[in-house]
Amino acid sequence: MSDDLLVLEHVDVGFATDEGQVSAVSDVSLSVAEGEIFGLVGESGCGKTTLAMATMGLLPRTATVSGSVRFQGRELVGLGDEELRRLRGDRISMVFQDPMTSLDPTFSVGEQVAETITAHRDVDRDAARERALALLEDVGIPEPERRFDDAPHRLSGGMRQRVVIATALANEPALILADEPTTALDVTIQAQVLDLLRELRTRLRTTIVLITHDLGVIAQICDWIGVMYAGQLVEVAPTGQIFRTPRHPYTQALLAALPTHEQLPGTLRVIPGRVPNLAVPPPGCRFSTRCPFVMDECATVPPLAHETDEHRIACWLSEATRQAGGRPSRTVSGGAA
Amino acid sequence: MSVAVDTVGGAPRAVWRRGILASRKGRWGFGILTALALIALFAPVLAPHDPNAIDASRILAKPDLAHPFGSDALGRDVLSRVIFAYRVSLGVAVGSTLLAFVVGVPLGLYAGYHGGWVDTAIMRPIDLVLALPAMLLAVALIAIIGPGSNVALLAIAVIYLPILARVVRSSTLVVTAQTYIEAARARGTRSRTIIARHVFPNAIGPAIVQATILMGFALQIEAALSFLGLGAQPPTSSLGVMLADGRDVLTQAPWVEVFPGLAIAITVLAFNFFGDGLRARLDPTGVTHER
Repeated sequence: MSDDLLVLEHVDVGFATDEGQVSAVSDVSLSVAEGEIFGLVGESGCGKTTLAMATMGLLPRTATVSGSVRFQGRELVGLGDEELRRLRGDRISMVFQDPMTSLDPTFSVGEQVAETITAHRDVDRDAARERALALLEDVGIPEPERRFDDAPHRLSGGMRQRVVIATALANEPALILADEPTTALDVTIQAQVLDLLRELRTRLRTTIVLITHDLGVIAQICDWIGVMYAGQLVEVAPTGQIFRTPRHPYTQALLAALPTHEQLPGTLRVIPGRVPNLAVPPPGCRFSTRCPFVMDECATVPPLAHETDEHRIACWLSEATRQAGGRPSRTVSGGAA
Repeated sequence: MSVAVDTVGGAPRAVWRRGILASRKGRWGFGILTALALIALFAPVLAPHDPNAIDASRILAKPDLAHPFGSDALGRDVLSRVIFAYRVSLGVAVGSTLLAFVVGVPLGLYAGYHGGWVDTAIMRPIDLVLALPAMLLAVALIAIIGPGSNVALLAIAVIYLPILARVVRSSTLVVTAQTYIEAARARGTRSRTIIARHVFPNAIGPAIVQATILMGFALQIEAALSFLGLGAQPPTSSLGVMLADGRDVLTQAPWVEVFPGLAIAITVLAFNFFGDGLRARLDPTGVTHER
């Protein structure tokens, strides 16, 4: 595990708000190996983006981060502003959700790519321009020479996201954090952008952490999946296992909520209840307020334990979790609905 | 419509050229201001007479062909005096606003971008100045330093600085919250580059509009200060000084009073027109509306 590219250990992120301290991310530990596409899935507000921002050191001043974020063996939590700045856009890049708002409307698209280069490399304008043109070509923008000086609004959504990805790739980073990179795009463009990400991984061995709430996207390109709920990481496993044998009740409910072809119109399945208020989170497992299998133990936070070599889960229903948490084995498996 | 789309994304120069002149108000404002600026610039060439030449035979003479604006109590040509006074007044108005702009805009940008204690440290003293009545502040400053058109310029700049700083700060807050600023930070762009290249061009619009309108009012403030004898000192004339002179002879020779007054009114109006034209192009709400 120690040679993994990105290792998060017991990461907590809290925000100071008027309602008091809000626990946005609670005790998240995960690791991402080099060259891997790791999908972080969960509903809106579950802490996916906050986790990415914490990794980048981009959280606002109101946030407090504890725990450890190691990137290429280097601790990022508590690193100085200038050191973080040197990493951002150079070793770690980020792709944002909406390419219309993540490009400066007053600047040409080419210049925004070039800026990423000049922020980190001591090159002159012409060299940066050359490199930016090559990058634009690389991500599949036709006639980059002509496009270079265009303002962002002259490009379509898919083209803009390609520019954003070119920006992220500019310095050949080891890690790209892609925060909902396809959510603002229509379905055909989504497929193109996902293909592009997959191709980059193969060609440049770039590690990608893909943040999304779209299980379809995850299924298409991710090697591993981490499922988050209300700031807690509840299940981590290879993609196939998550879809075939989801173990955590939340993952099961999430997959069960996916509409199928047979389903009658107007009969969407939902998970009853609602996400807890993270200013006053339920003690223990945060899914316990909606879980059909809730029991007494759920008032204690379940540890994320290895169910199998690859499959980790944080739920007292799991034998592995019980052992890791020092609980006696359960005689009856499963649970009453 | 296509003009609007072009201006949204892009080159600020295109906004200037096509945007402002696209509205009728903007065209009028721009036209009048250009004419007035030329008059101020070429005052020595344009003035038909020496503005300070006293002619005892022409005391309070009515307007005629040689002296279209008539003569004042000392027989001086009112037209020539208005032209030269205008030069002083416009200089003070433009100079004071520019000074306030050059100092206030960076302060507002910095405060808005960094927030927190930096914001507090910059903005609280500025709010303090803003809380004082503008005229009182100007008079107090002049009382300390002494009268003169340069002091009037400084006093107006001190009044305007907090206004412009606040306008820039608020638009900076809006711009800083945009994803493209976060994206620039995520690219590892240095703070000063982000402020200069991404925040400034996107946040400066409202301040330019505000400054344009303030320039018009600066002319009024300068006139008021000079009227009270706190601005330009004789023999230098300004529009305010002329108003003060003309007041005594208002009933016998209204032209001594009316023409400098008209000059002020036209200039303030032109600045307002120009500002409105600019606003239509640069105001964020206007832009999104047209997009």
